[in-house]
Amino acid sequence: MAQKLDYLRETASQTAGPYVHIGLAPGAAGFEIFDNELGQDIAGPNAKGERIRVEGIVRDGTGSPVKDVLIEIWQANADGIYAHPESAGEVEEGFRGFGRVIPAFETGIWAFDTIKPGAVDGAPHLNLWVVARGINVGLNTRLYFSDEDNSADPVLNLIEWENRRATLIAQRGDDATYRFDITLQGDNETVFFDV
Amino acid sequence: MGKPAEYYQRDRRLHPPAHAPHYKTSVTRSPQKALISLENSISEITGPRFGHNDIGANDNDLLFNFATPGESPIGERIIMHGRVLDENARPVPNALVEIWQANAGGRYRHKKDTYLAPMDPNFGGCGRTITDENGYYFFRTVKPGAYPWRNWVNDWRPAHIHFSIFGTAWAQRLITQCYFEGDPLIPKCPIVQSIPDPEAIEQLTAALDLNATIPLDSIAYKFDVVLRGRRSTLFENRMEGN
Repeated sequence: MAQKLDYLRETASQTAGPYVHIGLAPGAAGFEIFDNELGQDIAGPNAKGERIRVEGIVRDGTGSPVKDVLIEIWQANADGIYAHPESAGEVEEGFRGFGRVIPAFETGIWAFDTIKPGAVDGAPHLNLWVVARGINVGLNTRLYFSDEDNSADPVLNLIEWENRRATLIAQRGDDATYRFDITLQGDNETVFFDV
Repeated sequence: MGKPAEYYQRDRRLHPPAHAPHYKTSVTRSPQKALISLENSISEITGPRFGHNDIGANDNDLLFNFATPGESPIGERIIMHGRVLDENARPVPNALVEIWQANAGGRYRHKKDTYLAPMDPNFGGCGRTITDENGYYFFRTVKPGAYPWRNWVNDWRPAHIHFSIFGTAWAQRLITQCYFEGDPLIPKCPIVQSIPDPEAIEQLTAALDLNATIPLDSIAYKFDVVLRGRRSTLFENRMEGN
């Protein structure tokens, strides 16, 4: 036997389960317990850039809406800077870049308001993390914008199947609203990343 | 801008697979195509930061944070404490730790939970805290009860507390569940047993910690969380990094 490496092992993931909202988005689920709910205001009042709305639905392998999903958002500001010491530059006061959203219980449709991010190591994108009952390890994906030039983005170009890249492009509609549906399984399955 | 130092690759054989057929909900909610592997970029190296201004001073006290003043929830009073570390065994300070759980009877304060065990009027069931400079956190709560769920006809979840942890990077984001030492339901549970590695299950099981117990007040359990570790910065003149 060789020597043992003295690393610890990452704690194993478990599903967030059916009641994730009471823990991570209690106010949005109608349960007032905390004064300040995290992830409600992604960009803050001072953010530069275009105000946008993103809306969509998460569907399972049968095409049914996943009504108990929780999505987290992580994004840069309009200059492509993250609110983090390792990102070069400052962000506007109040800009967090972090969001949490849950869908309407009846329909499964969710929406969040933010600003459109600037380019970061490629085309502008939002980083999304999807958890729910039945999802054993949170799913990482990215949202790109249909009105941007995404042709040179290194991550999109890493996806060998060109037809799958389209699953990551949010479609711009009226009033600066983007539609981004996520398909967990089957035809048009959204691309998920091991980051 | 130089290439940021990456986090160690996640060992996907340690984690449960997406498709775990005995956990029925996973059958239609698991991607069928392989994940696309990404080297870490600034988008994954960074992540949201939280501070004490974001949370209330008593948000980590579930005996208190929903109770009518002067009252407290019914159940086994426990301290759940531990450290958030990375794979290099370094503490992760300023990590946001959020928890949620059922009450002592196994009932969640959630409109979708229709289990016949009653709600506790003095128990909300969620809390949050931020680790100190040593990566240490603690909560006060009651030990949750087991509860039945519609998977197989007679499946019961072991007593558990859901944990959500933010380290310093988006790549470290983790949600898991903490179980309790000696619970005979652990080996029966399809969600727990979706984890292929027995040692990884042991790592999800909090140990009874009598040394941290407050005599005549609360019993204690210890639960450490390990997040992904990180390579050293890759210097131009030292390509091996470490």
